[in-house]
Amino acid sequence: MLRFIIRRVVIIVPMLFIVVTITWALVRLSPGNFYTGEKKLTPAVERNLREKYGLNQPWYTQYRKLLWNIARFDFGSSLKYEGQSVNQILWRGLPVSAALGITAYLIALIFGIAMGTFAALRQNSWIDYGSMALAMLGISIPNFVLGPLLVLLFSLTLFWFPPALWNGFASRSIVLPALTLSAIYIAYIARLTRSGMLEVLRSDYIRTARAKGLSERQVVMRHALRGGLLPVVSFSGPALAFLITGTVVVEKVFALPGLGNYFINACFNRDEPLIIGIVAFIAIAVLVFNLLVDISYAFIDPRIRY
Amino acid sequence: MDPNEPQNRINEPELHVGPEYAVAERDVSELVTGEIVTGSSLWRDAWRRLLRNKLAVFGMIVVVLIALSAIAGPAIIKQTTGFTYDSIPKDTTLLKSIPPFRGPNGEFSWKHPMGTDVAGRDILARVLSGGQISLMVALIATLVSLVIGVSYGAIAGYLGGRVDDLMMRMVDVLYSLPYVIIVIVLLALLPAKTPTAQLAQLFFALGAVSWLTMARIVRGQILSLKNQEFVLAARATGVSTPKIIFRHLVPNALGPVIVYATLTIPSVMLSEAFLSFLGLGVRPPRVSWGSLAAEGAQNLAVYPWQLIFPGVTMALMLFSLNFVGDGLRDALDPQMRRD
Repeated sequence: MLRFIIRRVVIIVPMLFIVVTITWALVRLSPGNFYTGEKKLTPAVERNLREKYGLNQPWYTQYRKLLWNIARFDFGSSLKYEGQSVNQILWRGLPVSAALGITAYLIALIFGIAMGTFAALRQNSWIDYGSMALAMLGISIPNFVLGPLLVLLFSLTLFWFPPALWNGFASRSIVLPALTLSAIYIAYIARLTRSGMLEVLRSDYIRTARAKGLSERQVVMRHALRGGLLPVVSFSGPALAFLITGTVVVEKVFALPGLGNYFINACFNRDEPLIIGIVAFIAIAVLVFNLLVDISYAFIDPRIRY
Repeated sequence: MDPNEPQNRINEPELHVGPEYAVAERDVSELVTGEIVTGSSLWRDAWRRLLRNKLAVFGMIVVVLIALSAIAGPAIIKQTTGFTYDSIPKDTTLLKSIPPFRGPNGEFSWKHPMGTDVAGRDILARVLSGGQISLMVALIATLVSLVIGVSYGAIAGYLGGRVDDLMMRMVDVLYSLPYVIIVIVLLALLPAKTPTAQLAQLFFALGAVSWLTMARIVRGQILSLKNQEFVLAARATGVSTPKIIFRHLVPNALGPVIVYATLTIPSVMLSEAFLSFLGLGVRPPRVSWGSLAAEGAQNLAVYPWQLIFPGVTMALMLFSLNFVGDGLRDALDPQMRRD
């Protein structure tokens, strides 16, 4: 198992290298510059700007410097947000996005697993069909449609929650964005839980548990859930990747100052250090998270051994 | 049972034969049971199973309805009322958002069943045109991902060994990257000049995101088919490797491919919609459901119908496509298990 972990950790470095190179190449190949604005700059000003940001050097020199800096986790200063280093911006945006993502995923886990388990326990009943129809609805309504609709209902009509902006993790401003983000995951997790539980509930050890006289609640919570949740755990890996893209849209809809918002603005502003910084950060986060998920398999299902 | 009487089987030509040839010309089971038997294939069985699934049938009907109205709608609307997705009314008093089924002064009118947007363009025309673009992008991007994924998976599965290992390792690596982020960077930074080039870029970008799972599925199928006798026979008669892969193996692996392709269409549609929502996908003046939702979301508090109609149409389409995909999976599953 240790060899497996070491192999996965070691592979993070070349992957990061590939991701950074591709992103850097895309930024460099793109037309336009970060300093192109409404005003046309005089040649002298443009020359000074290029010299200041090191754009006069040949591209391989700049590439080499970039790699060297990234190895020391120095992503440079943002080109559009004057005077702020990329690390500062990451430090500021990360709590917002992380809080949003974690809350959304927790909501999705709680409601999704509950819905899926009930559907599996009462298969082919109204609860089953109702939950699965609701799950299908969750998959079909895009989050940029659901978000504004929730805002229309809960913010502008009922005045329960603020329609946008971030007031901190412990305030009401997290509720609607987290709900919007979690909708599609509730759906997927409910479906996965239902199919996983249906399979597990047929197995012999569950029959033994019931024959021993355990209450239905004990059977489900202590025995069935462990096996039935395995598909949900393996879904968590790719779920994080989707969560990141979902966060981008939700942050735009609700105007939250998170990494997704910074990322989209950086793309439109051609803010190279910020783009590379955020992409590198996301790549590392996804790889590490996938590794954690794979390790957790071994703990959940004793039959899996690396 | 007179052999000289015309048979009532559809494909059976009229046979005038003497009684001594009667048995040879007739289906033996007909003599035994007295019933007429028509043949069936696995595909027809699956189709019948699909038709028994009410949700899938409902989904198929809705999909066909929306698709037809998206394809034919804009032309019909242009003929009858002159509205297109781009037509701004020349009468400047109409340049405001009119609610559904109302005229410019608040009276009831049939002119704009879905209302207008802030520039006075009819939303029904825009939704149907947007449907055209969204459907086209979804279908072609799915096709791109199909072509790439099936080729990659089939080659990896058939060649096996180290090549297979390497190819699948690359797929695993790509699977764990935040692909869509790179696609966003690509689309934001390399905008194509003409609208057709933009669409082409979108097809490839979206196709490139979804081929990975298709490759895995195809590889699995090919691995299980590889050791069957027809492959051995093909190799023994000297069929070249590409022909074996693409003419013999792939057609037999089509079941899960069809299912997954049908499930890819809504996911690609969703990706295109959210890219257009961010301003990266379909750009003005063309519309897609995503860009319509973006415009509608801006004015939600005051003119909610501008978001509701495109949003509901899109949700309905995705809903139905998912039902069809699920139904197909259930219908083809016994066949798949038989492989």
